[in-house]
Amino acid sequence: MYSAIVFLPLLGFLIAGLFGRWIGVRGAQLVTTGLLVVSAALAIVAFPSVTFGGMTDHVQVSTWINSGSFESDWRLRIDALTAVMLVVVTSVSALVHIYSIGYMSHDPHQPRFFAYLSLFTFAMLMLVTADNFVQLFFGWEGVGLASYLLIGFWYQKPSANAAAIKAFVVNRVGDFGLILGIATIFMFVGSVEFDTVFKAIPGLANKSFLFLGHEVPVVTTICLLLFMGAMGKSAQFMLHTWLPDAMEGPTPVSALIHAATMVTAGVFLVARMSPIFEFSQTALTVVTIVGATTAFFAATVGLVQNDIKRVIAYSTCSHLGYMFAALGVGAYEAAMFHLFTHAFFKALLFLGSGSVIHAMGDEQDMRKMGGLYKMIPATYGMMVIGTLALTGFPLTAGYFSKDAIIEATYAGTNPAHMYAFGMTVFAAFLTSFYSWRLIFMTFHGKSRADHHTLEHVHESPLVMLIPLIVLAVGALGAGAVFERFFIGEAHETFWLEAIFRAPTNHILHAMHEIPEWVGFLPTVMMVLGFALSWLFYIARPDLPVELARTQEPLYKFLLNKWYFDELYDWIFVKPAFWIGRVLWKQGDGRIIDGIGPDGVSARVIDITRGVVRLQTGYLFHYAFAMLLGVAALATYFMLGGVH
Amino acid sequence: MIDDGHILSLITFLPAIGALAILLVRGEDAVVARNARWIALWTTIVNFVLSLYIWWKFDPTTAAFQFVQKSDWLGGAISYHRGVDGISMLFVILTTFLMPACILASWHSIETRVREYMIAFLILETLMIGVFCALDLVLFYLFFEGGLIPMFLIIGVWGGKRRIYASFKFFLYTLLGSVLMLIAIMAMYWDAGTTDIPTLLAHDFSARMQTWLWLAFFASFAVKMPMWPVHTWLPDAHVEAPTAGSVILAGILLKMGGYGFLRFSLPMFPVASAEFAPLVFALSVIAIIYTSLVALVQEDMKKLIAYSSVAHMGFVTMGIFAATQQGVQGGIFQMLSHGWVSGALFLCVGVIYDRMHTREIAAYGGLVNRMPLYAVAFLIFTLANVGLPGTSGFVGEFLTLIGTFKINTWVASIAAIGVILSAAYALYLYRRIVFGALEKDSLKNILDLNLREVVTLVPLIGTTIFFGVYPAPVFNVTAASVQHLIADYTVAVEAHRVAEAKHAAPALPAKLHVVADR
Repeated sequence: MYSAIVFLPLLGFLIAGLFGRWIGVRGAQLVTTGLLVVSAALAIVAFPSVTFGGMTDHVQVSTWINSGSFESDWRLRIDALTAVMLVVVTSVSALVHIYSIGYMSHDPHQPRFFAYLSLFTFAMLMLVTADNFVQLFFGWEGVGLASYLLIGFWYQKPSANAAAIKAFVVNRVGDFGLILGIATIFMFVGSVEFDTVFKAIPGLANKSFLFLGHEVPVVTTICLLLFMGAMGKSAQFMLHTWLPDAMEGPTPVSALIHAATMVTAGVFLVARMSPIFEFSQTALTVVTIVGATTAFFAATVGLVQNDIKRVIAYSTCSHLGYMFAALGVGAYEAAMFHLFTHAFFKALLFLGSGSVIHAMGDEQDMRKMGGLYKMIPATYGMMVIGTLALTGFPLTAGYFSKDAIIEATYAGTNPAHMYAFGMTVFAAFLTSFYSWRLIFMTFHGKSRADHHTLEHVHESPLVMLIPLIVLAVGALGAGAVFERFFIGEAHETFWLEAIFRAPTNHILHAMHEIPEWVGFLPTVMMVLGFALSWLFYIARPDLPVELARTQEPLYKFLLNKWYFDELYDWIFVKPAFWIGRVLWKQGDGRIIDGIGPDGVSARVIDITRGVVRLQTGYLFHYAFAMLLGVAALATYFMLGGVH
Repeated sequence: MIDDGHILSLITFLPAIGALAILLVRGEDAVVARNARWIALWTTIVNFVLSLYIWWKFDPTTAAFQFVQKSDWLGGAISYHRGVDGISMLFVILTTFLMPACILASWHSIETRVREYMIAFLILETLMIGVFCALDLVLFYLFFEGGLIPMFLIIGVWGGKRRIYASFKFFLYTLLGSVLMLIAIMAMYWDAGTTDIPTLLAHDFSARMQTWLWLAFFASFAVKMPMWPVHTWLPDAHVEAPTAGSVILAGILLKMGGYGFLRFSLPMFPVASAEFAPLVFALSVIAIIYTSLVALVQEDMKKLIAYSSVAHMGFVTMGIFAATQQGVQGGIFQMLSHGWVSGALFLCVGVIYDRMHTREIAAYGGLVNRMPLYAVAFLIFTLANVGLPGTSGFVGEFLTLIGTFKINTWVASIAAIGVILSAAYALYLYRRIVFGALEKDSLKNILDLNLREVVTLVPLIGTTIFFGVYPAPVFNVTAASVQHLIADYTVAVEAHRVAEAKHAAPALPAKLHVVADR
C-alpha cells in the first residue's frame, strides 16, 4: 500500500509525460488527478494505522548505490512523521490537481503541467519516505527539479526563466551544505541509513574533528551542514531570495510547492533529524536564531508588497521561520503541527488568490483591485477564512499551532529563546497587519480596476471552488481536532519513536506552564494588527501614503526586500561572470596558451625566422662570420686559454 | 562457440576488418558513401553486441584479468598480451556503445570523403579498444599513441574553420606528454626486465624511481584527462571537431587519462601517488572551480560543454587519488557516465548545428516552441550533467565527494562548490537555447528531431536514467578490482611509511648519542 501511495504519482507523470500527445488534455487531467486522489485516499487510510500504536515500517524496493561500506537502498520508511507528511502532501496535491483543471483550462500545455505536478508529488513522497540520506537527497533534488520546471512553466516569459534558474541555483547552495553533511555522517558513522546513524550519534556527542583547518565538534558540524540544506529549501533568511521570485509559476504551483509542501521539506528534515539535533545545543540555537530572524524579516517585507502572490509568499517565508524557531527550542511536534495546519490555510490563501487572479484576468497587482467582495463572494469568504486561520483567530487552525510555537519559544531553554519569543510575537502583529491589508486592498473599498477588467470579473467554476472549500474546512478545524495528538496529552502515543527528545527536553510540558499573559499575547497582537490595518486601508486610506512619504528610506528598504537581491548580484553573480571572463581570456588565453602552445610555437617561428635571415647566400657574409669566429677564438686563447 | 581467449582480439579488430571492407568498396561516389555508412554502422552495432558477451561472461568476484590472451611478439620481453579486469572492461563496452551513435550522427553531416571518414572512425575504434585491453606496456603505448592519428585526421580534415590550428594543438599537446611516458616505459623495462603489465603490477619500484616514473606518466595522462592547466587544447579541439569527433573525444579519449591513472600510476607507483596526491587534489579543485566559471561565460555551445568536461574530470581525478573505495568506484562511474552524457550533449549540439550551422549560443533561443522532443532530450542530459539524483551523473559525482571527504575535507568542500556552479552554467545554457519566445527569423522553420536522431539519442537517455536509478551492474563489476587495487595501494604506502620511520628512527638516537657524548 505504501508503495502505491508513492509510486502512483510517478505512474501518472509517466503516462501524462510520455503519452500526453495521444491521450490529450482531458486524458492527462483524468489520469494524473485520478491517481493522485487514489494515492491521497490510501494515505488517509494508512494514517491512523501508523500513528496510533503502529510500528515503524520499512518497504524495500531495490538496491541503489553500493560501493564498499557505502550502502544505500531504495527503501520506504513509514512512521508517524512520514504518515503526517504523506497526508499533507497527497491531499494538498490532489486538491491542487483538481483545482488546476479549472485554473489551467485555457493553457495549451496542460498535459505537461499535470505531468510536472505529479512528478513533483512523487519526488516529495520519496523525500518524506526516505530511509537513508541518499534517497532523501534524491527526493530533495527531485522536488527542486519539479520546482524549476514549474516556475519556468511559462517558458516564453524571461522573468519566469530567470526565477526558475535562481530557485535551482540558490537551492543548490543549500545542497552544498547537505552533501557535506552527508559526507561527514558517512565519515564518522560509516553508514547513511537513518537508524544506524541515529544509534551512533550519542557516541559522537563529545568528539571533534579537523574540518577546513579547524577543530570542530562532530555533531554540531553535521547539524549545521544539514541545516544549511534546510535553509535553502525552506527559504530561510539569506537563502530566501528565490521564494518570492518563484511566484512567476502558475498559482496552483505556488500553493502546492511554495506553500504547503516543498518549502516545508527543511522543517521536515530537522524534525526527522531530531535524534542528531538533540545532541547539539549550539546547532539548535542557530536554528532558533535563523528561524526567528526569518519570521520577522519576511513579515516586514510582506507589509509593503503590492503583488498579491508576493505578500503570501513572504508570509510563507515568515511562517517557515516560525517553524524553525519551534524546532530550535526543541518543540519538534509544535513545528510539525504548524507545518500541518499551515499547509491547509496557506494553500487555501494561494488558491484563493489564484481565484482572484483568474477572475481579474491575470491581474496580480492589488493596487488595481479593490471592492471585489460583492463580485466574487465565495472566493472572498474562503480568503477570509484563510486569513483568520493565518492570523490565529481563536479556535481556527493557526490559533492552536502558531500560538503553540510562541509559547514554546517562551518556555524554551536555549540562549536565543527570548529573542525568538520577541521576534515571533512581533511577527504575529505584522502577520495580522499584512494579511488584513491584503483582504482590504483586494476586496474592500472602491474598485481601482479598469472597466474592461471589471466586466469580465466572474466567480470561479465549481472545480476550483470545491478544493477551496475542503481546504477551508481544514483551516478552520484541523487545529482543534489534532492539537491533542500533535502537541497535547496524546502526543506520545501519536509520534511514538518518530521524534526523539533528549531526557532534559521537557518543552511540551513547559509550554503549558507559562504565565497567562504569554498565552494571550498572540491574540492581542492579532487584534492590534487587524485594527491598524483597518485604520490604514478602510478608515484613513491617506495614512499609509503619508507614512510612505515621510518614512521614505524605510519604505524603500522594505519595498526592495532589504536589498538582498542587489547585494547578492553585486557580491556573487557579477563577480562570478567577471572572474569567469578573466580566467578565460587572460588565464587560458594569455597565460596558459601564451606561455604554452602558442608561445612555444611563436618562439619556434621566431628562431627559424632568425636562422633563415642568417642564411643570406652571399659568400662574403659567411666569410666575414668565419673571420669573426677565428678572431674571437684567437683572442680567447691568447687572453686566458693558455695556462 | 566463441573461444573466450580470442574474444577481445575479435572485438578489437572487427572494426579494422570493417574498415578494410569499406576500402574495397568500388563504384560511384554516392554509392560508395552509402555503402561505407552502412558497413560502418553494422560493424559497430555487431561489435557492440559482441562486446556485451564479455560483460555477460565476466566474473565479478575476482580482481584477476579475464579473457586473457598471450602470445610471443617482439622477442621474449614484449608480448601480445591482452585481457580485461573490472576497471577496464566497462570502458570497452562504453567504446563499442558510443560508436554506433557516432556513425549515425555523421550520417548526413559528413558529405565529403565519406569513405575515408568511416575508415578513420573504425580504425579509431580498434585503437581505443586496444588501449583498454592491452596488458603489455608497449602494446598499450602503441594503441594509446596510435589513436592520435585518426583523431588528428578527423579534426584536421572534417573539422571547422580553425581545424588546422586545433588539430596541431591537440596533436602536439598529447604527443609531448606521451614522449615522457615512452621514456618512462623504457626505464621500467630496464628496471624490471619486462613490459608485461601484470608482472609490473607485482614489481616493486624503488621510491625514488617511482617519483620519476609517476611524473612521466602523469605528464601524459594529465594532458589526456585533461587536467588544469594543460586543458586548453580540449575546447579548441571540440569546437573544430565534427560532432562525432567530439563525442569520441569527450566520451572515450578523455577516459584514457583516468584509466591510465588506475592501471599504472596508482598500482605501480603507489608511494609516489600518495606523495603527489596533494598536487593532484590541488589541480583537480582548481579545474573544477576555474573551468566552471569559464564555462559560465562561454558564447559557443561546444566550448561550454568542453569546459564543463574539464570540471567533471576534476571530480574523477580527485576521487581516484583519494584512493578510497567510494572515491575510485565513483571516479570510474563518473567517467562512464560522463562518457555517454557529454557524448549525448555533443550530439544535441550537433542536431541544431546540422540545421543552423552555427554553434553560437546567441543565435538560438526558444527552440522548445518548435522542437519539444529535442527540448526533452537536451533537458535530460543537461540535468545529468548537473548531477541530478536519478540520473547517472549524480552517482559518480556524489561518491567521489563522499570518498574524498574522508581523506581531505578542504578538497571535498571546494569541489562541492562545483555542484553549485554546474547548475548555474548548465541551466543558463539551456535557458538561452531552448527557453524563451521563438523570435529569430532563422529559427522559424527549424524541425524537431527526425527518426535517425531519435534512434541515436533514445539509448543514451535510457542509459542515463537506468544507471542513475540502478547503478548496481557497474558497481558489481568494478568492486573486486577496485578493492584489490586499494588494498595493494594501502599496503605499499603503509610499508613505505614504516620503512621511512625505521630509516629515520635509528638516525635520531645516534645523533642524540653524539650530542650526549659531547
